[in-house]
Parts: sequence; C-alpha cells; structure tokens
Amino acid sequence: MSQAIERARTYLKPHKKLPTVWCAGCGLGVVMSSLTRVMSGMGLDKNKTATISGIGCTGRLPTYIDTNTLHTTHGRALGFATGVKLANPELTVVTAMGDGDSVAIGGNHFIHACRRNIDITAVVVNNQIYGMTGGQYSPTTPHGKRGTTAPYGNVEYEFDIVSLATGAGATFVARTSVYHVRELDKLLERAIRHRGFSVVEVVTNCYTSYGRLNKFSGPVDMFKWMKESAVTVKQAGEMSAEELEGKFIRGIHVERDQPEFIEVYDKLAEELAADSSAVNLKRRAMMESYRQLGDRLKAKIE
Amino acid sequence: MSGSKERSIWVMQGNEACSVGAVAAGVNFFAGYPITPSSEIAEFMAKHLPLIGGRFIQMEDEIASMAAIIGASLAGARSMIATSGPGFSLMQENLGLACLAEIPCVIVNVQRAGPSTGLPTQPAQGDVMQARWGTHGDHAIIALAPATVLECIELTACCVSLSEQFRTPVVLLLDEVIGHMRESVEVPAQGAYRVHARPLPSDEQEDYQPFCGGCSGVPPMAHFGGPHRFHVTGLTHDERGFPTMVPEEVDKKIRGIVDKIELKADDLAMNEETMTDDCEVLLFSYGSSARVAKASVRTLRERGVKAGLLRVKTIWPFSGKRLRELAPQLRSIIVPEMNLGQLVTEVERAVAGAVPVRHFGRVDGHLFEPDQITDFVLEEIAS
Repeated sequence: MSQAIERARTYLKPHKKLPTVWCAGCGLGVVMSSLTRVMSGMGLDKNKTATISGIGCTGRLPTYIDTNTLHTTHGRALGFATGVKLANPELTVVTAMGDGDSVAIGGNHFIHACRRNIDITAVVVNNQIYGMTGGQYSPTTPHGKRGTTAPYGNVEYEFDIVSLATGAGATFVARTSVYHVRELDKLLERAIRHRGFSVVEVVTNCYTSYGRLNKFSGPVDMFKWMKESAVTVKQAGEMSAEELEGKFIRGIHVERDQPEFIEVYDKLAEELAADSSAVNLKRRAMMESYRQLGDRLKAKIE
Repeated sequence: MSGSKERSIWVMQGNEACSVGAVAAGVNFFAGYPITPSSEIAEFMAKHLPLIGGRFIQMEDEIASMAAIIGASLAGARSMIATSGPGFSLMQENLGLACLAEIPCVIVNVQRAGPSTGLPTQPAQGDVMQARWGTHGDHAIIALAPATVLECIELTACCVSLSEQFRTPVVLLLDEVIGHMRESVEVPAQGAYRVHARPLPSDEQEDYQPFCGGCSGVPPMAHFGGPHRFHVTGLTHDERGFPTMVPEEVDKKIRGIVDKIELKADDLAMNEETMTDDCEVLLFSYGSSARVAKASVRTLRERGVKAGLLRVKTIWPFSGKRLRELAPQLRSIIVPEMNLGQLVTEVERAVAGAVPVRHFGRVDGHLFEPDQITDFVLEEIAS
C-alpha cells in the first residue's frame, strides 16, 4: 500500500508546492489523490496525458498533477480538451470540472461533448455550490437549500448530472462520492479506459461555502451525509420514488459501445484516400494544385 | 485555372483564397461555427482537411471553437477559425487566454455591419478596435487586412507564420466585400512569403521553461505529447507557467506579451503606396475601402489634385512611421473607413497634430463609391 502511495506521489508536480489552495476538510484532495493513484496504477505516460480544467476550486486541480496540464477559462475545459485530443489522439485526456463549471456556464459544451463521443474523460466534482466565489447557489444546489445568493432557500430546482449526461448520449456515466474512495478509484480507471466520452460525477463536500449555510456541523458531518445518502444502482432499483427522495445513486449508470468520433473521422479519411471515383480524384487534384500554389508563393524556408 | 511554369492565373473568391492560403501555410486543424459571411471557409476546410491528413470539427458555438483551436495548437497543430462579428465577440474571452498563454492560432473575421446581428450579408470595417481591444486586460495583437483576393492567400499564410513566430493569436480582418468577391489571381513564380514555424525547445533540454516572463523575445514552445510536459493557465504566471501574484513577475509577464509585438511594430508594417512621392493630400485606408480610395486618387490627379494613397495591410500593431515620414509634405490626411472613426484615431496619434486629419465614414452597409471619396476630398480642399 505504501508503495502505491509513493507511486501515486510521483504523479504530483515536483515544482508545485503543497499545501493546495483548498480549504481544510475539502473533498477535492480526495479526488486528486484518487486520480494520481489511478494514473500511476494504470502506468499512464505523463508526457502522453493531458489534464484539463476550467475555473473554480476544481479548476485548480491540474496545477498539482504532473502531466501536461491546462487550466482554461470558466466552463470551457471540454472545448480545449476536444482540440487537444483531435490534434493528438495519442494523448489520454482527462478534464476536471466543478458543477458550476460543467453544467452552468459550460452546460452547452458538456451536452455536446456527451453527444459527440470523443475519447475524453470528464470528472465532474459536484459540491452543490460555487465555492471559490463564496457560496452562491449553483445548478446542483438542491431546491430549498441555502446559498449566499439564495439567502432564503433556493427557488430553483437542481440538475441531476447523471441524467443530463445520459440524456445527452454519453457512452459511460457513473457517480460516486469522496466518501466512497475505493469505488472512486475503480470508476475513474474504468472511465479513462472507456473508449468514448465518459462522465464520472463525484459528489463532494464544501463545508466552507455550503455546509455552514445548510446546518452541517463540520466536514465530518458532511461525509456522514454522503455515507447515508448514497444508494447503489442495484439498491435503487428496488426502491420507490419516495424512498429515493434526498438520496443519490452511486455506481455505473451507463456503459455502452458506440464508435468514437476520431475513429469514425479517420476511417472516413482513409476511405477518401482509397476512393478512386472521378469526383474524389478531381477533389484531390484540386487540393494538390492548391498545395503547389502554396509552394509557388512560399520561399523554401520553414 | 490556367498556367505555365512562369505564371499561374486563378479565379477565386476571397474566402476561398483565404482557405487556400491557410492550407498552403500548413494549417491542419480548423474548428468553427456557421456564420455569414464567413461560412465558405469552414465548408472548404471540412471538405479538404480530411484529404490532407488534417481534422475539421464544427463545435456547438464560437466559444468552444476558439477553445478547440487553442487546444489543438497546444498539441502541435497549426490551427485556424473563421467567423464574423457576433462570433468574434464570443471568441474574445478565449482569445485573451491565447494572448496570455502565448498560444499561436489564426482567427479570420469576415467583417459584417454591426453592432449585434446588424446586417449579416453587408460589409463594414467596424471590428478594427474590437480586434485590438476586444478581450479584457493589457495585451497586444497582430491583425492584417487584405484588399485583394491574392492578398487573401498571402496574408492568411502570413497570419499563420506570424502566429507561430510570435506565439500569439493573429487576426485576419477581411470584410464582406473582399470575402465574397471573385477576381483573378496571378500567382508569382517566385516565393512571395515565407512561413515560420514556432520556436521549439530541443528534446534534450533540461528544465524547460515555456513562458517568456518579460524577455520581450519569444520562448520556445513545446507541445502536449512531446518530450516536455508543462502547465498552461489563464492565470498570470511565471516562466514555468505557475500562477504568480508577485508584482515584479506579473509586471514582467504583461510587459513581455505586449513588448514582443509592440516593439516590432515598424518591422511588421506592410504598406502599399500609390503616388505618395509628391502627394499633398494623403488618403489613408485599408481593406475594400482602400480599393475605392485608389480609384479616387487617380480621378483626383486628373483634376489636378496631388493626391496619394497609403494603404496599410498591417492594422495591428499600428506603425506610425511612414505617416510621420510623409507628414512634412502633406496638407491633409483623409481616412475613409466603413465605420464612424476607428483606425483614424491611430493616424491622429501618429501625426500628433502635425497635419490635419479628417475621417470619412460610411455605415449604411454599402461600400464607398469612388465619386463619394473624390467629392469629399475636393470639398475638404476647398474649405
């Protein structure tokens, strides 16, 4: 075990000093250590891995991880990740986003990434609040709960991220919490290995910005809440809607095969290369003449 | 198309020529979202990139498209995007990230009349200042404006080259007239431009530092998947890429990304001059407006007015050098633009009161007519 921890530690950047920016008691450290355990366990080549995030507390996660890392703009991690993956499909691409990042400001990118099925893993860390900005309600803050911009209780109803990803067509969808660490390791590995777009929702605690406003006595109390509110997919199958009230369902919700975007794209390109129809030959000749045109214009200095 | 070994004549549209220039300069990644009057560029790329081993993707909006081309560039691709005003507005946030994180990419903006949805199929030159200052915070930008279809090829390739050379986003400011115009293109037999590749670190280099932190030079750029792994962030960062709030480091970084471009303004200036040797009235213009201004210069000369034209191809960084050189011989400078006064403010700044500067704008969705400019100049002289 200690060897595994040592190995995982080598997936933290040597230049970046700890402690992290996160508050004491925050679940994000659990997510980060799980991710480094999984990456080291899988033996991912650090140079061939890109960890990409948006803005917020979760946005700071890649900063510590010793792969290629890209900390982007709010909500846009998946757009950047799509470009990285398309330009170099050899790379393992993992994005880490919070709930506001992924399904509020980045909601459009999230559903389209699900639909497109590019081989990217989206880790959605759901603390049900905007933590970094001080506790404003997010699209996953439950109805009635408090935030600094919902001082009398949230008027809106929350997103179920798993249902959203499933409805949008993601080919791997799972959920667990930072309390269920072993399951988190297992799901992250399964998601990274999945060929296609994979989503892992990680329910976590933000005591500083959510817990204090919603009558939790401390971070440990919030871990207790996660323990008590989680039911497995199997258990949920035997429960009524009333019994499921206030619970979250952990485990794998969707896992299916569907041709991955780049595979399909490259197959089309290969077919085009082999296509000797008159129309295609004309197209290729045109392209060749454009290239020659470019060469005429271009001095031979690269 | 016809041609011989010496010369080759093509007939093509501005947007098509822009795509050809991009491919010629090695663009192998394109992300975009449909918008008039730029969609022909995305259509060309969708059709041709898979034939040459590149990749095209239509994203869900311009925000994601801009993100995708930056991501692709970081992973080693030469990437480009094309849009018009409303899409250009959506790209500004991520454009700022590319400036700060020093990531090369090319943004083509086929300008249409705004603001807002404006006139989707009518020309304007209203995004000149947006190209300069559209994203928040201090930064520099390179922007070029072609006036002919041939220049659409040349300057697009030039944009690719400059973006790689300076590790920065570069904007091609087309307008609807040039983008949709078809004209014959005579391609010179000799090389007319060169395409730079981004400076790369050597594979063996130890302790690679990806960012300049104020050396006003351009640091070598590794790419994701290569032998150097590194951190990239939109937070203000040090040479290694890690966030910093140390005043000296922040100051160095911001001055660094500005200076690497602004200090080269005179070197980057590309102009075309018509009858400026003895001119007393200088027309200063760019893009499609400059084509009309050129016709006016000829008419004015016929009527005995010593007119000349300074057409800038490089809009940003703005170089006032040529204007200052010409200033002593000038009685006035007239700036026709399809807006209510954008680049004219830079002209005024450059001559600093030495010569009277007058703006002549048109914002009704139509290009100037030669007589309009001629009459304006004649009235100006009379007063």
